[in-house]
Amino acid sequence: MSAMIELRGVSRHFGPTPDIAARLTARAFAAIGKPARDTTVRAIDAVDLTIARGEVVGVVGESGCGKSTLGRIAAGILAPTAGTVLWQGRDIVMLSAGETRAARLRTQMIFQNPYASLNPRLRIETIVGEAPRVHGLIPPGGFSDYVDAQLRRAGLDPAYKRRYPHQFSGGQRQRIGIARALAVRPDILVCDEAVAALDVSIQAQIINLFMDLREELGLTYLFISHDLGIVEHIADRVVILYLGRVVEEAGCEEIFARANHPYTRALLAEVPRIAGGKKAFAGIKGEIPSPIDPPSGCHFHPRCPHALRRCAFEIPTLREIAPGHRSACHLNS
Amino acid sequence: MSDATIELRNLRTYFPIRGGVVRAVDDVSFSVKRGKVLGLVGESGSGKSVTGFSIVRLVDPPGQIAGGSILFQGHDLARLSEAEMRGLRGSRIAMIFQDPMMTLNPVLRIDTQMIETVLAHDRVSHAEARARCRDALGQVGIASPEERLRAYPHQFSGGMRQRVAIAISMLHRPDLIIADEPTTALDVTIQAQILFEVQKLVATFGTALIWITHDLSVVAGLADDIAVMYAGRIVEAGAVGDVLNNPAHPYTHGLLASVPGRNRRGTRLRQIPGMTPSLLDPEPGCAFRTRCFRADPMCSADPPVIQPAAGRTARCFFPIQDVVA
Ligand SMILES: Nc1ncnc2c1ncn2[C@@H]1O[C@H](COP(=O)(O)OP(=O)(O)OP(=O)(O)O)[C@@H](O)[C@H]1O
Ligand SMILES: Nc1ncnc2c1ncn2[C@@H]1O[C@H](COP(=O)(O)OP(=O)(O)OP(=O)(O)O)[C@@H](O)[C@H]1O
Ligand code: SF4
Ligand code: SF4
Ligand SMILES: [Mg+2]
Ligand SMILES: [Mg+2]
Repeated sequence: MSAMIELRGVSRHFGPTPDIAARLTARAFAAIGKPARDTTVRAIDAVDLTIARGEVVGVVGESGCGKSTLGRIAAGILAPTAGTVLWQGRDIVMLSAGETRAARLRTQMIFQNPYASLNPRLRIETIVGEAPRVHGLIPPGGFSDYVDAQLRRAGLDPAYKRRYPHQFSGGQRQRIGIARALAVRPDILVCDEAVAALDVSIQAQIINLFMDLREELGLTYLFISHDLGIVEHIADRVVILYLGRVVEEAGCEEIFARANHPYTRALLAEVPRIAGGKKAFAGIKGEIPSPIDPPSGCHFHPRCPHALRRCAFEIPTLREIAPGHRSACHLNS
Repeated sequence: MSDATIELRNLRTYFPIRGGVVRAVDDVSFSVKRGKVLGLVGESGSGKSVTGFSIVRLVDPPGQIAGGSILFQGHDLARLSEAEMRGLRGSRIAMIFQDPMMTLNPVLRIDTQMIETVLAHDRVSHAEARARCRDALGQVGIASPEERLRAYPHQFSGGMRQRVAIAISMLHRPDLIIADEPTTALDVTIQAQILFEVQKLVATFGTALIWITHDLSVVAGLADDIAVMYAGRIVEAGAVGDVLNNPAHPYTHGLLASVPGRNRRGTRLRQIPGMTPSLLDPEPGCAFRTRCFRADPMCSADPPVIQPAAGRTARCFFPIQDVVA
């Protein structure tokens, strides 16, 4: 299996708020010879990730842990602050302008927020049909049919194609985003919570579509989702992120059957069930760690029920604990 | 007089567009009592958000309320002036929008917007307002709230923005919260934290809650009652456990069968066949009939609202029978 996308030691940090107040504070601190409080966000921290051709890699983790940032880096629309991104084996910074454009086209992203990701001034048919038309994917005179087919495939009535985004519901907009991404016939799809706004029946229809496209065209997916039920259904391999770092990685069945990392196990224990009935929800115990000021050692140690003394100062490395199963926890050594 | 915090009677909200009228909400009735939670679920595009917009009177023109009444603590909201409505919105009635950027201003820092919201309805000092905002961020699981208050919305992740909108809605402990897909992008841990805070609010202050979501397990855990929407109408309603365990309407039944956990891994997921009907000048009859496994020629007339069991309603000629037992 060849790697479609490979991230090597990729980090992405976001600098502190560049507003006037912050700059003045920084200057004031500088004047008295002290550095200002560092508010850099370490969204992604030295992540290695390989996505093989035709593979579905699921990415799971807490809100704010860096999933969208990782997805945008993999899709080539956000540059890492450190590390290398390889696209079909080649460093993307070494690609020519034309190759970069081709890579961008072949890698499509379905964005998390269906409201912000559609141009409000364009009709749906333009949003979906413009890129494939420009890139010569539509036979002459076939524009209308092509757009209709794309919309229908995403579960949208083509009769709506002359409307504008604001005239659609949240889930309908999400499907417009899906239709737009698929319309350019990509090789790789980065799905960022791509079915989160859909009811379970339409969600099933889209998941089935994704699985069909994989069978027929060998599409590769980076599938970001907080819905473990869907990830379990569609993914071949699952990567668990915690505060910008990969803490566990394994085949899908393996991870759901034999989760190793305490964070993964905590996550799986909390999956809500329909059959459960009404219940009292419990708040998070302990301090929620922040990517601005992450805990030392193992990021999870303030919340980990098994934390050892060394966990507070020694970063656990991601190590293979079984074939194809890696975990970053001191309990394994 | 009923003791409902909110009661909708035969609400209709239509969008006149070129070529006809979109009947986004078409004869919707329900009520939520003080301290109770209604889970509003249904097909994407079935009118859940527009129902919420109608209650807070923020329907996008040319859309408008075409009929029915919306009673908040017994008063018809449709009769209030725009100024009176503004006074209620944000203080007594809050809506958490599906798009958090409808609540958040992209060019203002989070602290500026949140403090302004506090001061709009409460006479407290600036410092006190700020402390309240910081605590509110902490309650929705945002780490380093002090630093995060100084950030702009674009510096937040999708789920963090959603959580800020939730925090803002709870600032004034309103009597009614309409939460539209508030936890779609949240992982189970953070979601549990938020549901914990929400339950506390409901139990302590008697807030009535309309929780719009696609996540049936959240509805099962949180709500007292459930209403299922399809094509602008409520097709089934009742106590949550009853409806989820024994759906009477064929649409609800199909929806439950599509849950991934009820399908074998890697196989095709079950989905309801066919496509969502158009809401543009719909024909009479049951809107689900082209997709329904129980459909009969009779279904081309409007189905009646029947009571398949005590405390339950379904809009169907042939509800699934075993629920009657
Ligand atoms: N401004 C508008 N003009 C015309 N039609 C509209 C407008 N806004 C909404 N609609 C239509 O009204 C219907 C109901 O929309 P609504 O947003 O309430 O759906 P929803 O149930 O919230 O769906 P979702 O779960 O996808 O968010 C949709 O079919 C939508 O296309
Ligand atoms: N443009 C930006 N400027 C500053 N910080 C940012 C920016 N984009 C993201 N961040 C920060 O990076 C971290 C990771 O954000 P990201 O959007 O990747 O999270 P996520 O895992 O997708 O979360 P969610 O599940 O809530 O969508 C967050 O702490 C966020 O505040
Ligand atoms: S390294 Fe230590 S703190 Fe981290 S998960 Fe393992 S036991 Fe827990
Ligand atoms: S009224 Fe007829 S078509 Fe409609 S849900 Fe009932 S059985 Fe199906
Ligand atoms: Mg995200
Ligand atoms: Mg909606």
